[in-house]
Amino acid sequence: MHLRLPSQSPYLLAAVLLVTAAVVAETPRSAHAADAGIAAKIVNFAFAPPTITVHAGGAVTWTNADDDPHTVVADGGAFKSAALDTGDSFRQVFATPGTYVYHCSLHPYMVGKIVVQR
Amino acid sequence: MADRTVNTPTEDGQIGRRGMLKCMAWAGTGVLWTVGGGVASSMLVGEASAASAGAFSFVQISDTHIGFNKAANPDPISTFQAAIAQVKALPQQPAFVLHTGDITHLSKAEQFDTADQMMKALGVPVFHVPGEHDTLDEGNGKLFLERYGAGTKGTGWYSFDKGGVHFIALVNVVGLTGGGSGRLGDDQIAWLADDVAHLSSSTPIVVFAHMPLWDVYAPWGWGTSDAAPALAHLARFGSVTVLNGHIHQVISKVEGRLAFHTARSTAYPQPAPGVGPAPGPLTVPADQLRGVLGVRDVRLVERDRPLAIVDQTLAASA
Repeated sequence: MHLRLPSQSPYLLAAVLLVTAAVVAETPRSAHAADAGIAAKIVNFAFAPPTITVHAGGAVTWTNADDDPHTVVADGGAFKSAALDTGDSFRQVFATPGTYVYHCSLHPYMVGKIVVQR
Repeated sequence: MADRTVNTPTEDGQIGRRGMLKCMAWAGTGVLWTVGGGVASSMLVGEASAASAGAFSFVQISDTHIGFNKAANPDPISTFQAAIAQVKALPQQPAFVLHTGDITHLSKAEQFDTADQMMKALGVPVFHVPGEHDTLDEGNGKLFLERYGAGTKGTGWYSFDKGGVHFIALVNVVGLTGGGSGRLGDDQIAWLADDVAHLSSSTPIVVFAHMPLWDVYAPWGWGTSDAAPALAHLARFGSVTVLNGHIHQVISKVEGRLAFHTARSTAYPQPAPGVGPAPGPLTVPADQLRGVLGVRDVRLVERDRPLAIVDQTLAASA
């Protein structure tokens, strides 16, 4: 945005971008400390949207908008939130590409899916 | 918009709920359920009391949700207190109380403490099964089992005999898998088969668990996926009464010699099956709240005969 390019040094610019990309891939939290990633809602006993696609290293943050507590639990056990009361959030970073099906352990008919792309 | 629908229904939703609440209020003004030969019939509470005075009885309390503080009931402690007072005021004190789960809202130690202190006022033993709200701690029910798990098996199942009736406490809220409903699991079902193997088929059976052991409404997960193989072990008995909580309303069903009953909550009502977008807490006008909360009084009318079941709203005691 306000990146000032050293006009005489395209080589240096490439190096800077390369370093930045490496940091993002390794530690997305430090690169974007306040980045909640994709916002998902839990509302009316459903995960919304039901399917979310993220790039590897990306995050998803669920916020419970219901008057009942819910959880976000991966079917295979890859991740698990604590009980989320009204207004509580849970953030999960997805480092490894793949498809993650998850459910609410209180109301297991509530299901959702995260597709992590390379 | 959609997330407000539960508590701020549309005009159309309002009408549907009013109709539903009328039905619930009728059911709660004191209907005695007698179940004999697979046929359920009802009469008024007054007649029931006269007919069954002196019989062995117990009370079912459910879904106290201590710690809940939303609009549907900002003060579930006071409605639980009203329920306890209603039990204490019964003309015949129950032999014990069955609590069919969701003692707490968020499985916090202080919520269990509060509920436990309150239940001491009942002055009779209280038997517990956990609800899914009681197993939200990091140990997936460790706090519940530390408090109520003595002498139980697995995740908290057990049985006992009282007044000639065999009582079976089942746990169907632990280890639930995505896309399903309540679940008992193979270990518990094997234990159940063994538990009833020695009993005469004329022994009245009462099963109690948190989630319904029949499919009340599958789209909301109001059922138990492996209830059928469990209940198959009870098929030879002449009288089987199944008591559940979880759905915060009275719904009954008779299937052969099995009678299923879900109970009211003492905390807040939930919508009738499929009414509205989701089974969340239902906010009703404050002056109607106690008409949709309640406790259940169950009497063994006569040995080896079906049980009489009386559902009372909290409003009935006011």
